[in-house]
Amino acid sequence: MSSIKQYTDIFHAYGSAIDAHSAPVLNALRPDALKALENATMPRKGDEDYETTDLNELFAPDYGVNINRVNLTADPAEAFRCDVPNMSTSPYYFFNDVYHHDADTLASRGDGVIVSSLRKAAIEHPELVARHYARIAPLSNPQVALNTLLAQDGIFVYVPRNVVLERTLQLVNIMNVAQPVMAVRRVLVVLEDGAQARMLVCDHTQSRDVQCLSNQVIEISLGEGATFDYYDLEATASSSRRASTLWAQQAAGSNLLIDGITLANGITRNGYHISINGEHAETSLLGMAIASGEQHVDNHTYIGHNVGHCHSNELFKYVLDDRATGAFSGKILVAENAPKVEAYQSNRNVCASPAAKMFTKPQLEIYTDDVKCSHGATVGQLDQDALFYMRTRGIPEHDARTLLMQAFMSDVIDGVRIEALKDRLHHLVEKRFAGALADCGECSGKCLRNKK
Amino acid sequence: MNKDNDKNKMNADEAPMNPENGNAARSPKADSNNTGDANEDIIKSATTGDYKYGFVTDIDTHVIPKGLNEDVVRYISQVKGEPEWLLDFRLKAYRHWLTMKMPRWAHLDIPEIDYQAISYYAAPKQKEGPKNLDEVDPELRKTFDKLGISLEEQMRLSGIAVDAVMDSVSVKTTYKERLAELGVIFCSISEAVRDYPDLVRKYLGSVVPYRDNFFAALNSAVFSDGSFVYIPKGVRCPMELSTYFRINAAETGQFERTLIVADDDAYVSYLEGCTAPMRDENQLHAAIVEIVVEDRAEVKYSTVQNWYPGDKDGKGGIYNFVTKRGLCRGDFSKLSWTQVETGSAITWKYPSCVLQGDNSVGEFYSVALTNNYQQADTGTKMIHIGKNSRSTIVSKGISAGHSQNSYRGEVKVVPKAANCRNYTQCDSLLLSSTSGAHTFPRIDVQNETSVVEHEATTSKINEDQIFYCNQRGISTEDAIGLIVNGYAKEVMAKLPMEFAVEAQKLLSISLEGSVG
Repeated sequence: MSSIKQYTDIFHAYGSAIDAHSAPVLNALRPDALKALENATMPRKGDEDYETTDLNELFAPDYGVNINRVNLTADPAEAFRCDVPNMSTSPYYFFNDVYHHDADTLASRGDGVIVSSLRKAAIEHPELVARHYARIAPLSNPQVALNTLLAQDGIFVYVPRNVVLERTLQLVNIMNVAQPVMAVRRVLVVLEDGAQARMLVCDHTQSRDVQCLSNQVIEISLGEGATFDYYDLEATASSSRRASTLWAQQAAGSNLLIDGITLANGITRNGYHISINGEHAETSLLGMAIASGEQHVDNHTYIGHNVGHCHSNELFKYVLDDRATGAFSGKILVAENAPKVEAYQSNRNVCASPAAKMFTKPQLEIYTDDVKCSHGATVGQLDQDALFYMRTRGIPEHDARTLLMQAFMSDVIDGVRIEALKDRLHHLVEKRFAGALADCGECSGKCLRNKK
Repeated sequence: MNKDNDKNKMNADEAPMNPENGNAARSPKADSNNTGDANEDIIKSATTGDYKYGFVTDIDTHVIPKGLNEDVVRYISQVKGEPEWLLDFRLKAYRHWLTMKMPRWAHLDIPEIDYQAISYYAAPKQKEGPKNLDEVDPELRKTFDKLGISLEEQMRLSGIAVDAVMDSVSVKTTYKERLAELGVIFCSISEAVRDYPDLVRKYLGSVVPYRDNFFAALNSAVFSDGSFVYIPKGVRCPMELSTYFRINAAETGQFERTLIVADDDAYVSYLEGCTAPMRDENQLHAAIVEIVVEDRAEVKYSTVQNWYPGDKDGKGGIYNFVTKRGLCRGDFSKLSWTQVETGSAITWKYPSCVLQGDNSVGEFYSVALTNNYQQADTGTKMIHIGKNSRSTIVSKGISAGHSQNSYRGEVKVVPKAANCRNYTQCDSLLLSSTSGAHTFPRIDVQNETSVVEHEATTSKINEDQIFYCNQRGISTEDAIGLIVNGYAKEVMAKLPMEFAVEAQKLLSISLEGSVG
């Protein structure tokens, strides 16, 4: 039984309501998405690239969809602050999948930068949004098609030519629901030639006992020489389900950094699909996961080098404890006639308990000869000698282990290009390993306080 | 019975091996390659690029009509005088095969195969079993001479016991007597079925059940011959055992089955070589190799695969779809696969080790070279079940021309397999901008005390090294040969002496025309 049907049924029944609460540009693609879903099935466990994650099952529960865009009255900025100390950000909020409008702090800049609700942008700048919306993420992917079918809103970031956005954009996704809901989010980022921006996305939940699914599609288009950092931090709860796919396209000389961090979650499936279409483009794809309990983290990556002279570096690290399961599948593709490509991929994993399981599948697909590509994958334990050394110096075993695991994660964190965020991440990771959940401390919202 | 006799007659008339055809397939270049000293051979073949083993032997071959149905399976079984249980096994496999579809997951572009257009049994016709070498068909012996495995030579000089499987039937096994003294059984599988039915019945299908995969089911239904090796307890086989496979008749498939059993504390090193004539159409080769290794026993299995790879434009060649698997059943058992793959239009195989015994060891060393339009999707599986089991994988891929070369592997550690260790290294060398090299490993670790490592690199042949050789008067072609041989040395060193020499030559030959 395909889990898609219940959502197409919703569309058939409430299509007009969905359209009414969205924008024509977004509505225009729904028929195509519906068509793409007609014969599609969600990948099941064991399918290629879905060895440990059953998307069909993930989408199967009877989730509600907030078609009528019922808004929350609370002021998220008051209720929930997700500050990074020493870093000033421009915050934006999603309550479930409803964009919070109050925070359009960049509207007055006057240099053409747009950071706003996708729906609003699609009404105000229909041509601009239509030019980029659903252009990178293909409808042939059922997850994307489903998102396109139901997405009514999201966030739209547009940085014009040669504009540098100094302040980091911060997008805070908060799930706060009374019954199971699927949040359908869409993120569209467009950087024109020479533009620069940074974005930090934090995923939290305030309803720890309600199972909800966030279904998000992120599209990133980088013009020539553009630079973009995308940090994605998930600190949710065991009831959370997340199916996220990121699709990026890079023009010549662009520089993209993606850092996907999973500190606490339920079941997470992240897809990263990056196409490098211009020479001298650089990509760093970093990721880490710290999982315990029954957590499941699955990262799937694809970096396509469609032209020569480009460079990519990929590093994913996992620490798995208790009965946690981790999965990594990554592919590097170098197309024909793409010489002088350098592409490196590395996946390192530590299984810290007998029941923890790791599945990894690093892949290289190379169609030309003048390249330097490598990948490596390891699954193992903490270095016993190092542990012993520390214990001989009076460090208790538990502390020694924590220290080693922190050190293990440090090179993922070191890839972060914002100093303040780096410090913050070190702090969060330390807390996470120390047993306290990655509670954002100073935050008055205390998204995780219900834990105890 | 009558019906079968009729079939026999009909087939004799249809036998496709007429002398004109046989000679036509032999090119003058191939002839010149067969003479002259070895060094010139390499250079010549390197420049002209013909397949050295492309001759057709003009031998009276008994071929049954094309097509596959239950009658064919029954017929094969009957011709070979097999017992009831084996016929049942074949029929079960055939019926299961009917329910299966050909898998398509490999990184290979395989044209549709018409399984009804293949003849499933072809045997060199012979008088009653030859008593000595003089009685072996002279044409057949010439074939072996060309292959460089003249039976006399083998018997007199190298001391290797050879079991040659031509098309589907095992022709002659040398050195049987000496092996028999030690209790080593080395014979064709049909003989084994006749003489040692209990052993065969115990082990056949125990490692690769007929339900395993599409080609395993097909092979189980129609396998015609192959080798059977049994090394009794505590025996160290004094010589290397070797089988030579050759497809000779046109439009036939070869479905041999090899079964090797090493009992407690036994040791055997087994070699396998393969060649086929040049033909325009593709021929199917779907073999099964099953190996059982008991307590403290060791089996070393080496393959030099040089089936006809097709011509420069990718026409013809063998489809080599083989299931090879070994079960390290005993504690401290060891299985080592070494393969040099240079032939076949399409190679699709994963020699695997199931490491069931505690402290068992699995090894896989592979060199896969593809040129022109060849495709290879090969690698291994290491399934760690026993505690402290260890495995090593070293895979070297070399792609030239328009070829596609993939490594696909799986390392799995089950929850109770404590302290397992795996090290995987797979390197790819690219010699042309139109070739492809791909790596698809899977690592599935379910035990926290295990350490699994995988490393892979892909790079172009080093121009500095070529330049250095050129500087010293070594032509680019030879330089590439040298570099590739150096690159593959780690694997070549694992081959038995006789094979290593041949494999090195093969690498140089197969690289022809890959410069520029």
